[in-house]
Amino acid sequence: MTKIDSKIPEGPLAEKWTHYKEHQKLVNPSNKRKLDIIVVGTGLAGGAAAASLGEMGFNVKVFCIQDSPRRAHSIAAQGGINAAKNYPNDGDTIYRLFYDTVKGGDYRGREANTYRLAEVSNNIIDQCVAQGVPFAREYGGTLANRSFGGAQVSRTFYARGQTGQQLLLGAYGALSKEIKKGSVKLFTRREMVDLVVMKDGRARGIIVRNLFTGEIERHSAHAVLIASGGYGNLFFLSTNAMTSNGSAAWRAYKRGAYFANPCYVQIHPTCIPMHGDYQSKLTLMSESLRNDGRIWVPKKKEDAERIRKKEIRPRDIPEEDRDYYLERRYPAFGNLVPRDVASRAAKERCDAGYGVGTTGLAVFLDFKDAIKRLGKDVIKARYGNLFDMYERIVDDNPYETPMMIYPAIHYTMGGLWVDYELQSSIPGLFVGGEANFSDHGANRLGASALMQGLSDGYFVLPYTMQNYLADQITVDRITTDTEEFDEAEKAVQERIDKLLSINGTETVDSIHKRLGRIMWDHAGMARNKKGLEEGIKMIQELRKEFWSNVRVPGTKDGINIELEKALRLADFLELGELLARDALHREESAGGHFREEHQTPEGEAKRNDKDFMYVAAWEYAGDDKEPVLNKEPLVYENIEVKTRNYKTA
Amino acid sequence: MDLKLKIWRQASPTDKGQFVDYDVHNISTDASFLEMIDILNDELIEKGERPVAFDHDCREGICGMCSLYINGHPHGPEAATTTCQLHMRKFKDGETVVIEPWRAKPFPVIKDLIVDRSAFDEIIQSGGYISVTTGGVPDGNSIPINREHAELAMDAAACIGCGACVAACKNASAMLFVSAKVSQFALLPQGKIEAHDRVKAMVAKMDELGFGNCTNTYACEAECPKEISVANIARMNREFIKAKLG
Repeated sequence: MTKIDSKIPEGPLAEKWTHYKEHQKLVNPSNKRKLDIIVVGTGLAGGAAAASLGEMGFNVKVFCIQDSPRRAHSIAAQGGINAAKNYPNDGDTIYRLFYDTVKGGDYRGREANTYRLAEVSNNIIDQCVAQGVPFAREYGGTLANRSFGGAQVSRTFYARGQTGQQLLLGAYGALSKEIKKGSVKLFTRREMVDLVVMKDGRARGIIVRNLFTGEIERHSAHAVLIASGGYGNLFFLSTNAMTSNGSAAWRAYKRGAYFANPCYVQIHPTCIPMHGDYQSKLTLMSESLRNDGRIWVPKKKEDAERIRKKEIRPRDIPEEDRDYYLERRYPAFGNLVPRDVASRAAKERCDAGYGVGTTGLAVFLDFKDAIKRLGKDVIKARYGNLFDMYERIVDDNPYETPMMIYPAIHYTMGGLWVDYELQSSIPGLFVGGEANFSDHGANRLGASALMQGLSDGYFVLPYTMQNYLADQITVDRITTDTEEFDEAEKAVQERIDKLLSINGTETVDSIHKRLGRIMWDHAGMARNKKGLEEGIKMIQELRKEFWSNVRVPGTKDGINIELEKALRLADFLELGELLARDALHREESAGGHFREEHQTPEGEAKRNDKDFMYVAAWEYAGDDKEPVLNKEPLVYENIEVKTRNYKTA
Repeated sequence: MDLKLKIWRQASPTDKGQFVDYDVHNISTDASFLEMIDILNDELIEKGERPVAFDHDCREGICGMCSLYINGHPHGPEAATTTCQLHMRKFKDGETVVIEPWRAKPFPVIKDLIVDRSAFDEIIQSGGYISVTTGGVPDGNSIPINREHAELAMDAAACIGCGACVAACKNASAMLFVSAKVSQFALLPQGKIEAHDRVKAMVAKMDELGFGNCTNTYACEAECPKEISVANIARMNREFIKAKLG
């Protein structure tokens, strides 16, 4: 018997959300003032939710790790946000956006959630326009659209190459308005280090570390929302910001929240290739570049080798000796196949010896034809800032010579398990944005992360959290003077004292880099049973080494960046094992999870719908015990489950 | 390449602070400036010394978290580039590099190279938004916007709130930052409704927090990593006069 209840409302798919809203419980204005909500994170999901809940009249406390809510990593999203507006009149509908998202996710997402996402997508655009987000416009003054991977319509709204920044600043504005009003209280430079769950099983607070003073603080509320982003930095090198981490989610897991599908990690095909050991992060080049750029490698191995040795330049290779491998393999979608497909195809070519760049781990993204067709000015207007960024990092001019790109860790589809209300398996703990698992299945389509963050934040959580809080109106303000808070704070203090006392020889970063290497080699773009089993052992050994030989200098008072990093790495060293275990148990290939044992003769991912059409929701059972696997079956009533096909229309 | 570094070290907000000399060796010209400091910090940790504290996060030039006054320039010598996007190939082997925090009264130093920029949040909270609440807004295309205005609004909205303009200004003026936000909304029909109140409130808050006046040296524009134009300051001045005249 499964313990999982996803609470999907009855009724036809298109009416579920309306039906929910019509029947949910409400809280009257005078009671809202008496109810406290904690929001962890000020990105699109957290910022939008905190602002909206504040507007409704709840007392909100919002926490961010940086010095300002405007720094959250949503800001780095470049390309755009999807919505089913059908402004270009190319046949888009809510159903089609829903369908593309479920198909793009390789039929491993929950139908009802994804439909709701598509349904509210149009409201998001309206909301952001009203906030003054400067979306790109057509000459007639209407909103402009462009295309993204996995779709045959143009449904992506954008603000140059800075869409995430502009949407986040919109949410930051809304949040600032509520901070001024006093409905939201802002706590900056705070990091959640534990979740507090009461004896009755409800989440009632968090423990945070003040990153300026080092002080451990207790905060209580009637409900807690975690919107702390994804865990991509587990791999050390990723496109995530340096402080992006998995600790808030992981601490919730260790307090009883299920962790779903940790093995679904998105590897983004268009990143600037790696260059040295000292490298701290990888930089994404927006997927929008695939609108006009053509991806290729040399057809002849000897040409690839001469390029690697810098004996010839890419432009010396004649047209007939170039392999536009995405256009060759996937004629219907060409360069705009979904990210997982594009990444694997790049890896396949490089592994086969056709890669370019000094390392051989790169492919070309070429704008020659687009510049010829549209002119340099048009390309500059579309992608100028991205081209400049590329040139600053690589010291190559992409107008003259093709860009070099390679896949990199970018986004995590997995995350804390949530039901239809975005409530975790701990009552009173809600999870939004990348931190939850809910809407993207095994692979997220481009321009859908911004959509999901804002959907959760503006249009879903304010309703569903209110439904929960309606039952809490008789509960007084929660005190932090309880055994549960004592215990949680003590555990944090002990963890910090232990880390500071080890005084070993390895720096935090050096261990983190080794963890990243293990993850990339054993649980990265291609996985197999033997590699994963080895990887799990290596992670366990590295974890032991960390706890006996890490060097964390300084004290627990005041700013101690090494201590911050050590606390995050300690959690990554556990999360990494769960990721590998999930990948090992999932004997199929689906979306971002590619098991070498499960592929078609052409090298395409092969799902096993009979045995694995479920969400794997892992339950913590103790540090020395194997986690318990709970399964939420996935039922597709509105979509015919097929093998993904991007070869033909 | 090898470099001599002179880095501002300050243990706490009340500490006096001083420059400390460091040598770094064998730095790749492909490394970023912050990766160079990472390497220094790794060495300091191995020697049992306190690493240099500095702000940074996205390391792709968009979050606005990184700062650093490098050889007399906010975000270093390269134009239109944040510190995190600055690469060592812009420096010469053997060069001495001086690294300081932002210096401005409203941005107090917290530790080493980290300053407190929450004054910028306070300015935005005073009115740097359009007061719409979630839901109940018109269809996006019901507000057509002249493309040129949309582009100008986007130019202004590109501000990352890093504070380089304040650090560059001899008066520690926040006019470029404030005018960028005022301009973004002044250029859009959605922003016009509250335009008068917004500009008055933001300017008043800016003055209250101790940012200086603008004396038109344009150092802010020259150092802005996002190339925000001083034309925004002129636009804000017009908006301010309009608001004062009612």
